[in-house]
Amino acid sequence: MTTASLGLSRADRPILIAALFILVILVAGTVYTVARFGSAPLLSPAYLLQQLQIGSFLGIVAAGMMIVILIGQIDLSVPWTLAAAAMMATSIGGPVAIPVGLGVGLVVGLVNGIGVAYLRVPSMIFTLGVNAVMRGLMVAHTGGYAPQTAATGLMRTLASERTLGIPNALFVWIAVSVLVAGILQRTPLGRYIYAIGNKEQAAYLAGVDTRRVTVICFMLCGLTAALAGVLLAGYSTKAYQGMGDAYLLPSIAAVVIGGTNILGGSGRYLGTLIGVVLIVLLNSVLSIMDMPEAGRQVIYGLVIILMLLVYGRGERVTS
Amino acid sequence: MPDAVLTQDAFLTLSGISKRYAGVRALEGVDFACERGKIHAVLGENGAGKSTLIKIIAGVVQPDAGSMRLAGKDVSFATPSAANAAGVVCIFQELSLMPDLTVADNISIVAPPRRFGLIDSRAQRRRAEQLLAEIGCEDVNPLMRVRDLPLSRRQVVEIAKALGKRPQLLILDEATSALTSADVEKVYAMLARLKSAGVAILYISHRMHEVEALADRASVFRNGRHIETFDKGVRSTADIVQLMIGRDIATQYPAKPTRKSAKPVLALENLSWEKHLDRISLHVGAGEIVGLGGLDGQGQKSLLLALFGVLRGVSGRVTVEGREVRPASPAAAKSAGIALVPEDRKTEGLMLPMSIADNLAIASLDAISTGPFVDPAKERAAVERGIARLQIKIGAPGDAVSTLSGGNQQKVVLAKWLMTEPRIILLNDPTRGIDVGTKQELYRLTRELADQGAAILFYSTDYDELIGCCDRVAIMYDGRIVRELEGAELTETNIIASALNIDGTAGAGATHA
Amino acid sequence: MLDDLAIRLRQNVGLVTAILLFCVLYLLYNLAHPKGFSSAVLVQNGDEIFALAMLAMAQTVPVLMSGLDLSVGAVMTMVGCFASYLLTGTAGGTPLHFEFFGLHLGLGTFPGGTGGILLGMAVCVAIGTLAGFINGCVVVYGRIQPIIATLATGAIYIGIALFLRPTPGGKIDEDLNWALTNSLGDFAATLHIFNDGAAVWFAPFAWIPVPFALLALIALLVWVPFRRSVLGRAVYAVGSAEGAAYMSGLPIERAKIAAFTLAGFFAGCGGLFLAIQTSSGNADIPQAGAYTLNSIASVVIGGTSLLGGTGSAIGSIFGAMILRVISFFFRIFDIAPLLQPLFEGLILLAAVSIGALRVLRVKNTLELFR
Repeated sequence: MTTASLGLSRADRPILIAALFILVILVAGTVYTVARFGSAPLLSPAYLLQQLQIGSFLGIVAAGMMIVILIGQIDLSVPWTLAAAAMMATSIGGPVAIPVGLGVGLVVGLVNGIGVAYLRVPSMIFTLGVNAVMRGLMVAHTGGYAPQTAATGLMRTLASERTLGIPNALFVWIAVSVLVAGILQRTPLGRYIYAIGNKEQAAYLAGVDTRRVTVICFMLCGLTAALAGVLLAGYSTKAYQGMGDAYLLPSIAAVVIGGTNILGGSGRYLGTLIGVVLIVLLNSVLSIMDMPEAGRQVIYGLVIILMLLVYGRGERVTS
Repeated sequence: MPDAVLTQDAFLTLSGISKRYAGVRALEGVDFACERGKIHAVLGENGAGKSTLIKIIAGVVQPDAGSMRLAGKDVSFATPSAANAAGVVCIFQELSLMPDLTVADNISIVAPPRRFGLIDSRAQRRRAEQLLAEIGCEDVNPLMRVRDLPLSRRQVVEIAKALGKRPQLLILDEATSALTSADVEKVYAMLARLKSAGVAILYISHRMHEVEALADRASVFRNGRHIETFDKGVRSTADIVQLMIGRDIATQYPAKPTRKSAKPVLALENLSWEKHLDRISLHVGAGEIVGLGGLDGQGQKSLLLALFGVLRGVSGRVTVEGREVRPASPAAAKSAGIALVPEDRKTEGLMLPMSIADNLAIASLDAISTGPFVDPAKERAAVERGIARLQIKIGAPGDAVSTLSGGNQQKVVLAKWLMTEPRIILLNDPTRGIDVGTKQELYRLTRELADQGAAILFYSTDYDELIGCCDRVAIMYDGRIVRELEGAELTETNIIASALNIDGTAGAGATHA
Repeated sequence: MLDDLAIRLRQNVGLVTAILLFCVLYLLYNLAHPKGFSSAVLVQNGDEIFALAMLAMAQTVPVLMSGLDLSVGAVMTMVGCFASYLLTGTAGGTPLHFEFFGLHLGLGTFPGGTGGILLGMAVCVAIGTLAGFINGCVVVYGRIQPIIATLATGAIYIGIALFLRPTPGGKIDEDLNWALTNSLGDFAATLHIFNDGAAVWFAPFAWIPVPFALLALIALLVWVPFRRSVLGRAVYAVGSAEGAAYMSGLPIERAKIAAFTLAGFFAGCGGLFLAIQTSSGNADIPQAGAYTLNSIASVVIGGTSLLGGTGSAIGSIFGAMILRVISFFFRIFDIAPLLQPLFEGLILLAAVSIGALRVLRVKNTLELFR
């Protein structure tokens, strides 16, 4: 019935625009490849599936990040939670590898949640500290090098293999998406999340246990970061230093491009999904164009600003 | 249509002013005038257009149509500072102070005294001291951060700030609502001085006694139109209220049932907290409305917050229907069957950008869930029931709650709590800033809820309300209950006497500001 | 009189704490250092502190407005890369030409010699200031939240830096490097002023490391006047209560743009120094990110609230110095290098959690929500 957004049109607009932009990217990229190579790899299902497979890691991270952003917080500990989960999973190995990795994410999320909800330290700075601690722990644990132990068979299967022609990683991403979207739209927890993001004080006075909800949100974000780490280790067959660094800013960008308000309280999961696809496709088109890193960064920044300008800007403060 | 109000002495004249907000007509063809050296009250329900009128005069919003003349010249203010430059200064209901800046900074925020291009803090401080002295409130230290001052002192700073702009036209929008009675007297004196100096003063207040005491002229607005302007003494209070709501009010308050034996639903024993609550013992029976009276800041609000689990370190015993409860948080209080309608609906009672339906359902999601999911059908039904029961005037349940008027917003807050089927309802000044019509609905509703078996604790700053609505009123002084009044004893005289502790049952202590 | 002092002290608790903490730590450090309290150590510390201190000042201004600038590290890096072209100091000047998608762009020759160096430094700082101004415009006219706006512009600035220096390179005039990274006496000697640094009146100051002197100069000549200006106070006002600031008639948009522009100015100064100190331009993305995040930590440790409205850039300078001194400690206490990041992380976490103590004392939970 009701979605916790400002009515259909306001929340859907960014989603439609982002989807449109994806089409623009596909068309522009195809024009380029046809002109340069005489082929259109961007339109081939095989290529698109492979891109989505790579994108599923970012997608899983972004799903968790969206939850935390919705309650008006942010999680900067994602990079080293991801790496730590990967490293612990590979060093422990065996059948408990994946549960251990996920456990790392849950523990980090719990710590983050306690710091933000109970100690009331601003999440920007607390998760920053936790990220530094996780990095410290991993450096001490691995001696500063990439761990030599390899990913378990199950990890590799989940990340690299396919079922029915579709990459397993994509299935995992879809499962995570169904879970997150379901929580946000259909459960009381989802309502509490939007309420807290809108006005925590009012939610608190309405009898919502805002501290518990905050902890749960951070634990979910830690969990998704850990899951992405485990999968990424499976994909690369091993864990390596700094493997999570490339996922922080793009995940935030994907959430914002998808129309979620960076201050919390509004946004639909579908938007985040589309935001991830947009970023992944943009990356692949730029790869095909052999765009140097410099150009990629500039285009990345310009795209974010452009999308946000088009979405309809924030309101001018009048009272 | 209003009488001819465009006199030659008029300092400010509005002609044909109209303003629409997304389909709602806030003001419609308003002609209005006020003169120098007079205090001119502006009366009307919420939604009548008073705040829009004030905002247009003060430059916060622009009218869609119509014109303004100030001292004979056509004017149009695009921003508050443009209005200030023309001598129009407004003291808003929501303070315009920056909490982290000092009093001196706030008072001289826009055009501070300068030295070598930078702010001269010593001159600024002297200016603040001078202005505070003009109101008679020298005890405010200009070096203090506004955040560290209690609300009544902050309002004094706001008034000093407005005074510092040397207004030709001063507008007060509920500017005295949080002041202590001593300060209110000082402000009245200041207004009288300004009046004799030829300043035109516009005064908005919902408090009839204030208006009667102060105003030389009054204008009534209703549904965005200017209804009538009259001089002091021409219209009786009953007439005025009728003009405001446009229909006859038979009785303002619903009838009270005769005293029946009330089994206590809520019992408090020696409840204490910090310096604000001192061994409070009270009981409220099923079907009883017990009021909390007394001067501002004697612990009434703290008592409600303590019962709702917002305060930490509360000692004493609270029993609900015979079982002891220790509300450690609002969530725990809610499970014990306690509900609180908070003081500030916009920041404490509602999530303004969210829909009416979401706001209604937020406290009772468990009841409308099947398994782990929220049941859309149950939710729809519950929301419709809530809206119908309180007769909330809305467009659609999916609209943002910010689109509603103040009275309807308060109804949403109340409806939200009714959906949790509480045994005990705590009301924290529920009719503040609400129009007369909705107030009456709320009184009736409160009595209905009591009749259905709820125990209600009602805090209000309005003696009439306490006398009219409550079966019993507990007067608080310095954190203690000094007297309980009911039946024939429940009169304004007795309330005031107990509030001032004239019978001396509590220790001699200063009132909390 | 004493009352007023007490009030002022209470209002600046964060700043005072940071200063005291730094003094204690630095004292301990010098006591433990084999060559403590010597000019050499002081100079080395100064060189290592300056860039972060400048970035901490940069981050302070948007934070005071309850915003954030995630591009300070990128601006610093970009300006550093520009500096590596403009401050070569070669007599004939530096020819400026770039490869742009196979196109050759010749932009003439940038002047050399001392005049060229001075001009180059001015241009670099101006570039940083311009970057800040652009940030401000995107936030104000684009009406985009600062976090996201600066995230995006940061990417653009890093891209420009990468374009200028795909690999680390460039050259900085050796005299410039020497003059700015040593003591004031060396500075005077290199520039042949004050009797090559031997002038009698100058002697008491000759030992002061140039970075510290620069820091003090910039803080006094730029930050203090800004803070006491109407625009500077408007920045605090906007961070405290933006709605009230509007109602009061303050120039909100100008204040916001000014805040970001000033941040860009400070970040540019930091980048300029870093390039001069390392004698090269290096578009190091992880380093830019680390500097940005450390600048936020410095601001918090220095007593400025992330919620805005209170704090000072002076505190942030001390916050940055505290962070740096902690890493100095690791060097002298021979902590296993593998454990250093862990300790740094734990200390950071502890430092920012100190504010949690106040939470435990709160008696009315509504005060926890702002």
